[in-house]
Amino acid sequence: MSRAARGAPQDTGVLPKLRVEGLRKVYGGRPVLDGVNLSVARGESVVIVGPSGTGKSVLLKHFIGLLRPDGGRVFVDGQDLWALGVLQRNALRKKFGMAFQEGALFDSMSVYENVAFPLRRSRRSPAEVRARVEECLELVQLPDVGARRPSELSGGMRRRVGFARAIAHEPEILLFDEPNTGLDPIMTDIIAEVILGIRRHLPVTIVTITHHIASALKIGDRLALLFGGHILFQGGPQEFMSSGDAAVRQFVEGRAEGPLTVEFQKAGHKQVWEAR
Amino acid sequence: MTRLLEAVGRALLRFLEELGRFFTMLGRVLLWAPQPPYDAPELLRQMARVGVQSVPVVFLTTLFTGMVLALQTHHAFAKFNATSMVGSVVAISLLQELSPVLSALMVTGRVGSSMAAEIGSMRITEQIDALKALATEPVHYLVVPRVIASVVMLPLLVVIGDVVGMYGGYFVAVQLLGSNPVAYYENSFQYVDLNDFTAGLVKSAVFGLILSVVACTRGYYTFGGAEGVGRSTTQAVVAASLAILLSDFFLTRLLF
Repeated sequence: MSRAARGAPQDTGVLPKLRVEGLRKVYGGRPVLDGVNLSVARGESVVIVGPSGTGKSVLLKHFIGLLRPDGGRVFVDGQDLWALGVLQRNALRKKFGMAFQEGALFDSMSVYENVAFPLRRSRRSPAEVRARVEECLELVQLPDVGARRPSELSGGMRRRVGFARAIAHEPEILLFDEPNTGLDPIMTDIIAEVILGIRRHLPVTIVTITHHIASALKIGDRLALLFGGHILFQGGPQEFMSSGDAAVRQFVEGRAEGPLTVEFQKAGHKQVWEAR
Repeated sequence: MTRLLEAVGRALLRFLEELGRFFTMLGRVLLWAPQPPYDAPELLRQMARVGVQSVPVVFLTTLFTGMVLALQTHHAFAKFNATSMVGSVVAISLLQELSPVLSALMVTGRVGSSMAAEIGSMRITEQIDALKALATEPVHYLVVPRVIASVVMLPLLVVIGDVVGMYGGYFVAVQLLGSNPVAYYENSFQYVDLNDFTAGLVKSAVFGLILSVVACTRGYYTFGGAEGVGRSTTQAVVAASLAILLSDFFLTRLLF
């Protein structure tokens, strides 16, 4: 698929799990997302890549309704997220698990309570909750930190606990906001392995944001390059790596010169405002 | 001249924006308060924070207010031989006005600031987004318990403040200035009716609502990192204090 693919949402024949249509978001008069179309099929893993400040996190937050679009629509299982009432939208979020860039752990609670938080209203017994929390913490290789406070953990550990919290209630859709940025190469690969492991056991739909090309190729069925408010390119890992598209080549090869840099300079180096 | 008008216009817009946020938050609190699940442990924790932990500060504030009030009115009333009325003045002032207002201002400084700072830092570290992502409405989880706790606990603090303040007045008038204890006691209640007491409680419940909604709203709309949290905290205390004093005037007009 090439640049021309940015126009129409993918038609997979079946109802996509997630879909955004003509998504627009403006910050400070500048459109950060300018008509983004993207569908994610049930059970698919899509990785959104792109340089910093291009609105990847903003796009991810639209999927779960943390941000309200200025234009366009967001569909979850075919339901228009913003046509729903506030209670229904809230209920729909139970399908999601989201891991945030810096973990976003609740610092008034222990690590254990953080991971158990999504399970507190579930039908699980206290023993089952405990077993599940321990299982999730073991999965991110942090079996002995349950009693600690988030402030006592390193940045990487906090992010892994955030990851454990996101998967605790076995959601249908997982959103990962830069799950491996700032982690050492081994932990980066472990996180990618954990994501693959989840996929092996559950028909979960995953959207991940990362700069890390190796992880993206490992966990993604499809890679989408977001830049200048559009999806510039989307395709499978092989297609992505062998693409002749100048922007994709620049990103894959990590070169300072290229179409991405030119566009970036045109935009006046403005960073995307912190999504609120 | 144009600049002046611009500045006035901008300030007015900011004020209206704040007012809009306040009423939007109030509406959301009213919408979410009846929704299950009810988090009783969190509500109790907030009640302990707003109420129990504020007892010492309210105790001292109202004690010294009652004492100063007795001292001053005694000196003033001595000039026209009316010191027997000191008890009435102390009781009416405390019940109607000073105990509710001063308790609310002290709780604003103590608890309102921490509500704004806590919710503000949760905002800037994406914890509010994380709550939403975990299908937990932040207003339901964070704001509703704080508002209910403030509305319930402030009147209880004021009851303590009323008793302590009146005792402070009694202590100064009788023990230090030599008034007749029986006359002072009888005078204290002679011109006071139940309405003075209940109206003070109604006022304090409204102040509790105002201070908690203002503080939580300021925290909720925090932006701009650690500096933003500091700004929100200051603004919460200033705005809530002013709102308490302003609403006090209208409530007094309405209730007495």
